[in-house]
Amino acid sequence: MAITLTENAAKHVENFIAKRGKGVGLRIGVRTSGCSGMAYKLEFADELASDDLQFVSHGVTVLVDPKSLSYIDGMELDYTREGLNEGFKFNNPNVKNQCGCGESFGV
Amino acid sequence: MALLQISEPGLSTLPHQHRLAVGIDLGTTNSLVATVRNGISVVLNDENGRAMLPSVVRYLADGSVAVGEAAQAMQSEDAANTIVSVKRFMGRGLKDVGEISRLPYRFADAPPTGTGQGSGMLQLRTVAGVKSPVEVSAEILKVLRNRAEAALGGELVGAVITVPAYFDDAQRQATKDAARLAGLNVLRLLNEPTAAAIAYGLDNAAEGIYAVYDLGGGTFDISILRLSRGVFEVLAANGDSALGGDDFDQRIHCWLLEKNHLSALGPQDTRLLLTHARAAKEQLTEHAETRITAALSTGEVIDNVLTRSEFHTLSQNLVQRTLQPLRRALRDAKLEVADIKGVVMVGGATRMPQVQHAVEEFFGQTPLTNLDPDKVVALGAAIQANLLAGNRSGDEWLLLDVIPLSLGIETMGGLAEKIIPRNSTIPTARAQEFTTYKDGQTAMSIHVVQGERELVSDCRSLAKFELRGIPAMVAGAARIRVTFQVDADGLLNVSAREMGSGVEAAIAVKPSYGLSDGEITRMLQESTQHAQDDMHARALREQQTEAGQLLEAVQHALEQDGGLLSQAERTLIETQMGLLRDTLQLADHLAIKRAATALNDATVSFAQARMDKSVAHVLTGKKIAELGEK
Repeated sequence: MAITLTENAAKHVENFIAKRGKGVGLRIGVRTSGCSGMAYKLEFADELASDDLQFVSHGVTVLVDPKSLSYIDGMELDYTREGLNEGFKFNNPNVKNQCGCGESFGV
Repeated sequence: MALLQISEPGLSTLPHQHRLAVGIDLGTTNSLVATVRNGISVVLNDENGRAMLPSVVRYLADGSVAVGEAAQAMQSEDAANTIVSVKRFMGRGLKDVGEISRLPYRFADAPPTGTGQGSGMLQLRTVAGVKSPVEVSAEILKVLRNRAEAALGGELVGAVITVPAYFDDAQRQATKDAARLAGLNVLRLLNEPTAAAIAYGLDNAAEGIYAVYDLGGGTFDISILRLSRGVFEVLAANGDSALGGDDFDQRIHCWLLEKNHLSALGPQDTRLLLTHARAAKEQLTEHAETRITAALSTGEVIDNVLTRSEFHTLSQNLVQRTLQPLRRALRDAKLEVADIKGVVMVGGATRMPQVQHAVEEFFGQTPLTNLDPDKVVALGAAIQANLLAGNRSGDEWLLLDVIPLSLGIETMGGLAEKIIPRNSTIPTARAQEFTTYKDGQTAMSIHVVQGERELVSDCRSLAKFELRGIPAMVAGAARIRVTFQVDADGLLNVSAREMGSGVEAAIAVKPSYGLSDGEITRMLQESTQHAQDDMHARALREQQTEAGQLLEAVQHALEQDGGLLSQAERTLIETQMGLLRDTLQLADHLAIKRAATALNDATVSFAQARMDKSVAHVLTGKKIAELGEK
């Protein structure tokens, strides 16, 4: 059971947290919404919740709540550039289908 | 799949509902767009990696439009259809733009707007038809909007657009209209120096007074800001609208001509040398000397070495020219150099070491230079846009702006009555009650003015409208409530309502042309310089108005009840009336007051007699008992 970051993604997250000036890590989760049922949550984390699961990948702490983990276990987070746009990409092995843009998914 | 950004805790967006917001620095020379990504404000580059979009728009015969570098390249070949520095025309009429004959454009004055708001914004005749500055600016904004939507992968919810601190209502409205035309939802217009201060995070700092030194390509602005309780107040703004980095290029250009004993060159060679001059200027920021080599169309070859110290000598008086507005701004704000807590540098030309040294020496402190001076305004605007779009948690600061010049209406005697004072935080709404001046008056003309002076003729006229259908009443009985509302962008709505009958009239102030920055600073300076004169003028107008009312009332009484007076009494009153009429012509409010008092005294017994008569009239034919019931 794990969530990992690519080296590139970890470098960016570290940089963002440093510039933001605070934060203990990255919070990843899912919630039910969107056209295909589930949507990712990607936030800065300022504190730990009591039931948080913690992963450390390339020096970055990733926090996940236990309910979310079953939907995203084994996922790898990458940071890529597509044309002018750049941002984080979720490579989630649990996904069975997703909406056209990939912002919401089903398992 | 879509690329996601990291949100603040608890503020993840739902799929397809990203609150994408940008900050836009719509500059005279260059424009930029920035956004907050993963918690950091960044400028968005075009597909060639360039952040700055030259604010140049070229109209072609086939109706297509080129914006940016492509347009700039054709600037001299197709000058009439290639609009540069359109920002100078925003919200201006032809007569506001002094140097028309020196510009390569074919101007047209807009037809009057028909609402009595003056003659409208100037227009430019191009090969693709007549264009207003609003349309030209919209072309620049459209390019930035497309760039942002491509970079962010979605539609924008809105934008914060920056404007100079001295922009008046007309210029702000024009900027807002341009954004709307470009399909942008304007979250807020933000003053440029305020945006720069936000980019440096000064709004999170303790309270204090800051100077923003903005030396751009062609303009110089200095603003003194006071931060208190999260509000930036512009204490003073000054500058030189014809001084910028381009003048430094010009100095090197002249030096090259002199060194090589060249006389006037053709446009092509001039441009070539200016390009080299600019490159040399940029080199000298990092290096102690630079070599300039160029081959002219005449076959002559230029090869010179320019040292940093030579360049400093060449440009010394340009640097000095920025210090004069600085002193004036401090004087306007009634501040000493020691009161300034921090200095922010804005504009590419502030990279030059001699400029930084001069500013450091002037303020006795190191100015803030660690952010890119070309980008700092856009970065601050993006931070504000991110906040307004709802991407920050609610307990954080919400920045407010202030009204640059007082807003008011004209009252009797040509006096300006201020309703919203200068430096009020916006959005704001204020109301004041006014009344009728004459018996049976059924309409009231409302003249909205902006400025610090006491007389309407010294202020800026923004709009005029009429409230009609006031029920006929004696003078002073009607209660007319005038409400001024200024939204978050500093745009004004005025409404007037007669409280008894409920009749109402309103106007959205869209003045058709604006004040120049020179004018606005002049107006501010004059208001302090002329404080004494203005007080006198106000007192005079007030006395004149009061005396006029008194004369009218006495005349009316004489016509109605003149029979109550003896010939001697009547002569005395008429003499005093004559005296008062004569003093009205004199610019001496004390004399008018004396004459008015004399007339008042002369009419005491007359007033008594009239009172007795009307009481007798009321009492006639009534029994004591009936009176007692009252």
